[in-house]
Amino acid sequence: MSLIQEMSQRALDLGVPMSVHFDITYRCNERCVHCYLDHDDHGEMTTAEIKRVLNELADAGTFFLTFSGGEVLMRRDFFELLEYARNLMFAVRIKTNAVMIGESEARRMLELGVDQIQVSIYSHRPEVHDAITKLPGSLRRSIEAIRFLSDQGLRVTIANVLMTANMHDHAGVQALARELGVQYSLDPTITPKMDGDRSILNLRIPGSELKGVFHNQALVGNVEEFCAPPPAPDEDVMEGYPCSAGHTLAYISPYGDVFPCVQFPLPSGNVRRQKFLDIWNHSSELNEVRSIRAKDLTVCSTCSHVGTCTRCPGLAYMEGSMRGPSTADCEKSFERTGIPSANMLRRTLPSVPLIQIQV
Amino acid sequence: MTEKHSAKYIARSSAIASRLLGGEMMIMSAVDSTFFTLNPVATAIWQAADGETSLSDIVTHHICTEFEVDTETALRDAEHFVEEFSRHGILLVSNQPIEDHPIEDSAVSPTEAA
Repeated sequence: MSLIQEMSQRALDLGVPMSVHFDITYRCNERCVHCYLDHDDHGEMTTAEIKRVLNELADAGTFFLTFSGGEVLMRRDFFELLEYARNLMFAVRIKTNAVMIGESEARRMLELGVDQIQVSIYSHRPEVHDAITKLPGSLRRSIEAIRFLSDQGLRVTIANVLMTANMHDHAGVQALARELGVQYSLDPTITPKMDGDRSILNLRIPGSELKGVFHNQALVGNVEEFCAPPPAPDEDVMEGYPCSAGHTLAYISPYGDVFPCVQFPLPSGNVRRQKFLDIWNHSSELNEVRSIRAKDLTVCSTCSHVGTCTRCPGLAYMEGSMRGPSTADCEKSFERTGIPSANMLRRTLPSVPLIQIQV
Repeated sequence: MTEKHSAKYIARSSAIASRLLGGEMMIMSAVDSTFFTLNPVATAIWQAADGETSLSDIVTHHICTEFEVDTETALRDAEHFVEEFSRHGILLVSNQPIEDHPIEDSAVSPTEAA
């Protein structure tokens, strides 16, 4: 167990929100086809409000703070907030499309001691990337920014979300990351919009492509290990928590709404009306999330994948029940191992009449 | 207390992230993301590293009064801790008070979590 894992376990034991994902705006200069957000400003928190929340997060014990959006640099006070957060000694990570990052912004991020910067890149081909972001020239500008950030010595990761429009470009993006000397991460997950609209799920890559991703050594490392059949779940697995959402992780929206995770739109309180720690400690919604063990999952508890599945309780919630399965993750487990999930088997059971009469 | 020890001053670098968790300080270097945790004794030294109090005074007033350890042992351990952390650039060391202390005290005395 690494030192960070040890501290995460301690945070879990103590009930400390060690990581907070803070979307400081939903406004964005790109209009990505797969985005789950409404980019209009419905009353973002002010600079003073966000600073107060940052104080409360520091008091609550938060260590890892991710500033995200929308595009964080759409806020004119972004660097003021970043400096304030660093003075409170958070390990700050930034998610951005980097289009608005020039040499001076990169230098400022270095001066302020930003831990990591994640930049979304969809393709190495401008015609594909720019068609997804709907911002002409965005790939060129994002790559230029990555060079500025990397030249400063900042740690940059290219985040490559896969969808139908770019599903054959991951090798090109990975090569681009190598050329730029930055990390690469791939995510084949497309989530429903926050308002419940599921139409963008049509952009998800088909199962056959997902299988190709999971069996690609360049992407997953040891394929045999990555795609191994799941071991039989033991008691530790069944007594375990599905993920860190609501346990050591919280999400805060630009309007002050608190959720267990950015992918788990279960309203749990609002920091404009309550102190963060009061929400964290006393929200009935968060306490319900925390009460769920693997053994409590309605279908997944009977599934052979229960100990190794990437099941997202937020996606399950959006499908109807936070205790239910997330079909996108069922598909991932299946394409990875070739073994259907309990949920898939349940849905494909043939209808057999209870009584057969032959005359 | 030797002259050598009394002449050493330490201050926390601003190029770090830190938070107290269950009585132990978590620290991450912003330079290379190296992650450290400090035991309660090292945490006490870290929190007292204001750039103005000498290391020997920190040991005398913050360590020997709080923990069951003799001054000589505490000072030797503190020297070792300071040497290692200064090597990682997360503690600044000087033979005189560090006046331009880069971090506000209020920013590095986080509330005990939980």
